Amino acid sequence: MSQKLIFSDYLAHKQLPLMWCAGCGNGVILRALTEALAELNIPPHKVVVTTGIGCFGKTDDYMSTHACHGTHGRALAFATGIKLANPELTVLALMGDGDATTIGGNHFINTARRNVDITAIVANNYNYGMTGGQYSATTPIRKVTTTSPYGTAEPGFDICELAKAAGANFVARSTSYHVVQMKKLVMEAITKKGFSLVEVSSPCPTYFGRYNGMPSAVNMLNWLKEVSVSPEKYQTLSEEEKEKVMVVGKLVDRNKPDYLTVYKELTAAVK
Amino acid sequence: MPNDKVMFTMGNVACAQAALDVGAKFYAGYPITPSSEVAEVCSRLMPKYGGVYIQMEDEISSIAAMVGASLAGVKSFTATSGPGYSLMQENLGFAIYAEVPCVIINVMRSGPSTGLATRPGQADLMQVRWGTHGDHPIIALCPSSVQECYDLTIKAFNLSEKFRIPVILLSDEIVAHTRENVTLKSPEEIEIVNRKRPTCPPAEYLCYKPEEDGIPLMAAYGEEYMVHASSSCHDETGYSNNSPKTAEGLIHRLHQKIARGREEIVQVAAFGPQDAEIMVVAYGATARAAKQAVVKAQEKGMSVGLLQIITMWPFPDKEILALCDTAKALVVPEMNLGQAYQEIEKVCRGKLPVYLFSRVDGEAIKPGQVLTKIEEVAQCLKS
Repeated sequence: MSQKLIFSDYLAHKQLPLMWCAGCGNGVILRALTEALAELNIPPHKVVVTTGIGCFGKTDDYMSTHACHGTHGRALAFATGIKLANPELTVLALMGDGDATTIGGNHFINTARRNVDITAIVANNYNYGMTGGQYSATTPIRKVTTTSPYGTAEPGFDICELAKAAGANFVARSTSYHVVQMKKLVMEAITKKGFSLVEVSSPCPTYFGRYNGMPSAVNMLNWLKEVSVSPEKYQTLSEEEKEKVMVVGKLVDRNKPDYLTVYKELTAAVK
Repeated sequence: MPNDKVMFTMGNVACAQAALDVGAKFYAGYPITPSSEVAEVCSRLMPKYGGVYIQMEDEISSIAAMVGASLAGVKSFTATSGPGYSLMQENLGFAIYAEVPCVIINVMRSGPSTGLATRPGQADLMQVRWGTHGDHPIIALCPSSVQECYDLTIKAFNLSEKFRIPVILLSDEIVAHTRENVTLKSPEEIEIVNRKRPTCPPAEYLCYKPEEDGIPLMAAYGEEYMVHASSSCHDETGYSNNSPKTAEGLIHRLHQKIARGREEIVQVAAFGPQDAEIMVVAYGATARAAKQAVVKAQEKGMSVGLLQIITMWPFPDKEILALCDTAKALVVPEMNLGQAYQEIEKVCRGKLPVYLFSRVDGEAIKPGQVLTKIEEVAQCLKS
């Protein structure tokens, strides 16, 4: 391909329009992701997206790349097999918070621990949108969902802290409001060897927002804008202030060797 | 033959060696007795064969990683036993629906649940047939010796590649841990079937458009032939399509491709006369005991033969129905409460009496027990 790639080269145009609700942040993430791939100039046939089940798990249906639309929570496990079988491929696991950290939590921490060269993009909308707005493992404590009408009694996971503790090489958080930053972080994550995570805090005005005082997309984007702070700013805050904000930006950047590099090194002498 | 190599080893090792010999380059698994030797052999030998071994966090991810590797163009397999096989049901359905060639070695042990860990059993027959939800076909092969572990693992890979379906090598604890001589095949004499690949211009390729045999041509991730594998109902493009016509067509095609290949898939073995008055029908480790019982019965002058089921699924209905023409009774010994027996009853439709001999105490069925059952049945036929 001599022509420069653009974002729409990664879209499955026949599949449009998107099925996502008005005000959903997923379309914004899809745009940032496809722009990142185009800027990195990776041909669509060298990209495999793996997905599970959920609103963001539908993303593969709108992409022209190779795809493995698997089962709920297992996108990273499929991705592991794909990457180890053909290390030349750019393998992206596109998941929601339910997929990545609730039903798929075990796969998430273990894939990060192994440091398999996969980029995980997690659209975190703090609830299960596809099934009608029930609480997930990232729903903040006391928030209302269709299965926590009095507020959820469980605290939510911090996905980035989870990935960091488990051993990921690259961890970043962005939001559907911070589109330029999101694209840059996704590009960096894809380029980074080893396990990379970009969590994107994304509005679900249909359910999470509606039940928690933010019934429109504008309400939710304003909320994302207001609570987001840079890692530098975060360091200057009091413990009390830290509780009320969300750190957005690059959180971990390290260069531990990835699984396949270590495996090849250890088995190089086997004849 | 000069290239033949004889190994004295156990069934699990023969399975692993066969997989490597037939070209498997990826193993993902989770340790579980009595299947762990398969993983141990693969961890040691996979690098030598240019492949990758990975130990996953559970059996759910093991089968997912195996399926992912196969979609990326690499022959892949895993091994497990009852509890692990239960966890694999979810993504087994994916592999069937997305038509991903792969082999799962299920070394049966006593159940349900943890059961008599890890005594032998043969009670996974129906789970192997129907364990994952939805209408689906499946292929399962049942070895009764170390040699059959080797030969049938090769056959399992070849059938999975040809028909684009997961194939279950349905072993059991006795066969898996029995040590016998096994003759390995040289690269020249081993039959290797590979998935059929597209040759059209990439832009014309539809990854789920079937050929005349009902099987779509298979490209790998990374090629310009685009692949969209999906757990959702999909049309010939691989993309989601929920129309009733697409859903119905896909379910029927998945079944028809296996029905069309029935003669190639279904395998039984005859031991002794097949027109005997009493025919024993057995499989796996129990077929070993049945063979000895048949020999002893013949020494006593009785008219007894054995039909060994090798392909458990699709069920060898025609072969068993054929016994009804000449036999007066069938005897089915198995280490469960009648899973094959009920299927045989279904096939025979009351044409002749079928007698079950069950054992579910975690001990092997002994030749003497099968012989006693044969003698009882002979008495019944006289009276």
